[in-house]
Amino acid sequence: MRYLPLTDADRREMLSVIGAKSVDELFRDVPASARLAAKVGGLPDHQGELEVERAFQGFAAKNLSPAAAPFFIGAGAYRHHVPATVDYMIQRGEFLTSYTPYQPEITQGTLQYLFEFQTQVTLLTGMEVANASMYDGSTGTTEAVLMANRVTRRHKALISGGLHPQYRSIIETTAKWEGFTANFAKTDAEGLEDLIASVDRDTSCVVVQNPSFFGHVRDFTKLAQACHAAGALLIVVVTEVVSLGLLMPPGEMGADIVVCEGQSIGNGLGFGGPYVGLFATRDKYMRQMPGRLVGETVDADGQRGFVLTLSTREQHIRREKATSNICTNAGLCALAFTVHLTLLGEAGFARLAELNHAKASQLADKLAAVPGVTVLNDSFFNEFTVKLPKPAAEVVEALAAKRILGGLPVSRLIPNDPSVANLLLLAATETATEAGMDPLVAALKEVL
Amino acid sequence: MVQSLDRSQGRAGSISSGSANTHGTFTGNRALQIEEPLIFEMGQAGRCGVDLPEPPPKSSGVKDRLNGLRRKGAIGLPGLSEPQVVQHYTRLSQKNYAIDMGVYPLGSCTMKHNPRINEKVARLPGIGDLHPLQPVSTVQGALELIDSLAHWLKTLTGMPAVAMSPAAGAHGEMCGMMAIAAALEAKGERAQRRTVLAPESAHGTNPATAAALGFVVKPIPANDRGRVDLAALKAALGPDVAAIMLTNPNTCGLFESEIVEISKAVHEAGAYFYCDGANFNAIVGRVRPGDLGVDCMHINLHKTFSTPHGGGGPGAGPVVLSAALAPYAPYPWIVKNGDKWQIAEDGAKVDGMPLGRLKAFHGQMGMFTRALAYIMSHGADGLRQVAEDAVLNANYVMAALKDVMSPAFEGPCMHEALFDDSFLKDTGVSTLDFAKAMIDEGYHPMTMYFPLVVHGAMLIEPTESVAKEDLDQFIGALRSLTAKARTGTAADDFKAAPLYAPRRRLDETLAARKPVLRWKPSNNPPGTDPLKQAAE
Repeated sequence: MRYLPLTDADRREMLSVIGAKSVDELFRDVPASARLAAKVGGLPDHQGELEVERAFQGFAAKNLSPAAAPFFIGAGAYRHHVPATVDYMIQRGEFLTSYTPYQPEITQGTLQYLFEFQTQVTLLTGMEVANASMYDGSTGTTEAVLMANRVTRRHKALISGGLHPQYRSIIETTAKWEGFTANFAKTDAEGLEDLIASVDRDTSCVVVQNPSFFGHVRDFTKLAQACHAAGALLIVVVTEVVSLGLLMPPGEMGADIVVCEGQSIGNGLGFGGPYVGLFATRDKYMRQMPGRLVGETVDADGQRGFVLTLSTREQHIRREKATSNICTNAGLCALAFTVHLTLLGEAGFARLAELNHAKASQLADKLAAVPGVTVLNDSFFNEFTVKLPKPAAEVVEALAAKRILGGLPVSRLIPNDPSVANLLLLAATETATEAGMDPLVAALKEVL
Repeated sequence: MVQSLDRSQGRAGSISSGSANTHGTFTGNRALQIEEPLIFEMGQAGRCGVDLPEPPPKSSGVKDRLNGLRRKGAIGLPGLSEPQVVQHYTRLSQKNYAIDMGVYPLGSCTMKHNPRINEKVARLPGIGDLHPLQPVSTVQGALELIDSLAHWLKTLTGMPAVAMSPAAGAHGEMCGMMAIAAALEAKGERAQRRTVLAPESAHGTNPATAAALGFVVKPIPANDRGRVDLAALKAALGPDVAAIMLTNPNTCGLFESEIVEISKAVHEAGAYFYCDGANFNAIVGRVRPGDLGVDCMHINLHKTFSTPHGGGGPGAGPVVLSAALAPYAPYPWIVKNGDKWQIAEDGAKVDGMPLGRLKAFHGQMGMFTRALAYIMSHGADGLRQVAEDAVLNANYVMAALKDVMSPAFEGPCMHEALFDDSFLKDTGVSTLDFAKAMIDEGYHPMTMYFPLVVHGAMLIEPTESVAKEDLDQFIGALRSLTAKARTGTAADDFKAAPLYAPRRRLDETLAARKPVLRWKPSNNPPGTDPLKQAAE
């Protein structure tokens, strides 16, 4: 077996050093009733690399790759071009096959890029401090609510109807089992929601998304003021982090915690994961943050170096008193994010955002001209909602039959709600082309 | 005009100016070890590492639909060209130790070989580039792939169900404990059963998870053999107990030999058995947790099934569930309807009472792909061999070091060998010093000071990936260090270590007392900020 270096001769020699007759003897603490005499039945034996690769090509052949079809799906995961340098860099063994940097003398590589990552996240979001990443935006959002509950010592969160439905679902699940109240505003497809009147002295936080799940771009400055007047925190969620190249950052609106799904930068779609959550807040809440933090310090020679720090918040030190049970972050996905953003730099990131907005604007104009289609959004970044004259789920299936991946029927994520049945959510990034938009428009005219 | 060098490459290399370079070179570099500034200290406006098309000009008629919320100021990102970015991160990579470089014996972390075919298949077009919300008719192969891995996990563990979506081990713990809370609620016992038992040797995530769900964590003591004290456990069980959280093999590297009695007692008391599966790699193919009476167990795909640790994630933590807990598994899961694969998502009409949703989309697909490639490469025969070789390697280390170091417990260990620090008594050398000296010898240290139940713990997990000759050299290095420590005169040498790493010991107290968690222009001492210098 190609991954196992021990030979039978090695094994015999080692057993004699140990003083055991067989490997079975080493498993003697396993109760006899639970020892398997032979390999687990009903499963195939080992295969060579060729056979394994062939099997995966078989899986792949049963899927429709977005590269092979006009593609307009977003809804929290976005198709962007990732430079080849990014994928090369994250496959360097020194990064790929290293552990959490608990031994800082020999993990400065990981620690320094995480410090760069934290800095980039504060700059993009307009916040003061960021952690070394979360699993993803969806789980990070729930962690933000839990953090707000700790900071305010209140237990009632108010959740916008413009927040991604699956993010809402995770908050609902956590609220139920961890024991706090989450009030969910009704679905806000039109982007007209105003939550200010609902904020009161028991509210721990208000969670909004910008651009919203339906694509609307909103100014939350007044909501932030209302939150602060009531002693609550404003949590702003960004699922399309490229939008921060063009839009006013949540920090400028007065957000207290910003959570982003960072997948768009550096990380492919990957059928939903692994992604990378960005988590940023104000300095004053630093010690209530979940997750790992990297800080700057000096070594015994006075040279600058980086270490994991403030770990007295974390489970491996604080155990049942930790701020969160999180152990792992998304280190390698954070590296992909950092390398890609470093390649882009100020100029490239701003231009990428402009391109996305221009492509989406172009698509919206083309679709608005299709009979029966109404664009719901006055404002958007690279994603918007249209109303169709018939259920969007049927339309999307009909488009898929024509090998066009034409957006997300909102009803897939908000089932059992007739008001969204005809809504279709579409995104266009820099990867969209006119040669892809025109077949979508033509196919829609046929299908509707 | 370029002046002669000031030993810091003209870059900010240090917080404290003046002592930036102790290496005696003009640049501060040491051959292949190159000092590297932060990107924020290198970039220049006007440089960019990507070429993107020009956006349409304002006059083209394309309207700005940003609701008047266009960003006003600059973000502050540095500008670097592609070769600079490649060099920067390549240099950083060379300051890391990694499995690809040698023995990485971190107990409990399972640093085994990460095969590259796994990376390749995870990136295949039609797998790596799929959108999670494509119509299910266009992702039939992806759903089949997830189901294939689920089948392996269920069969290897002897459990009837699996929740695939948790993003990491701790997330899997949350999922499993929520399932237990859901089952208790369905029985009307949630209010009454508020206690979770966990051994003192447990991973920190266990008590953190239980506490987050509102349970009161009660420690259960170990016996002098490093196992759960069965009598103490039985005494602690009662109508208030919701569950026991137990790692098996445990964090001392020992199999809980009374595990069957433990699970029987737990179930008789009406509680559930949560097994922390972090150490499943020691028993895969030789023991099925389902045969031990486990109700749920998370599987760290990045441990047992070798998805790369990546410097601290991403992980994946699917949770296998017993028949008693399966009805409460969270959304989503994969179902086969005739010859079509489907996904049960929120709101779907299903049997059971799903506890909710833990993560957007369908779980860590990229990790599923890698883990399945690893599993298929090994097969049922190879996975059994993995466990045997991992256990053999650990016992070999134990046998080869037990006369000079001090094993914490008698008898064969499983996949990791645990020592305490009594062999360092009166030498002036601590576990930490000993570990740091290993760095100079070219090894990553073992896990230190964990588990907490052993004084000055050193937990060595070689894994099955290490060849005997490499293990012999590693053992030789540890024997030499032990002999040196025991001279009683080497404490200063140990305290100075490491000498040859990219950095010497770092001041963690300073980092925590005055947290600097991001770069700011003012972080650099006067006169060393290259951006300011460039401006002047």
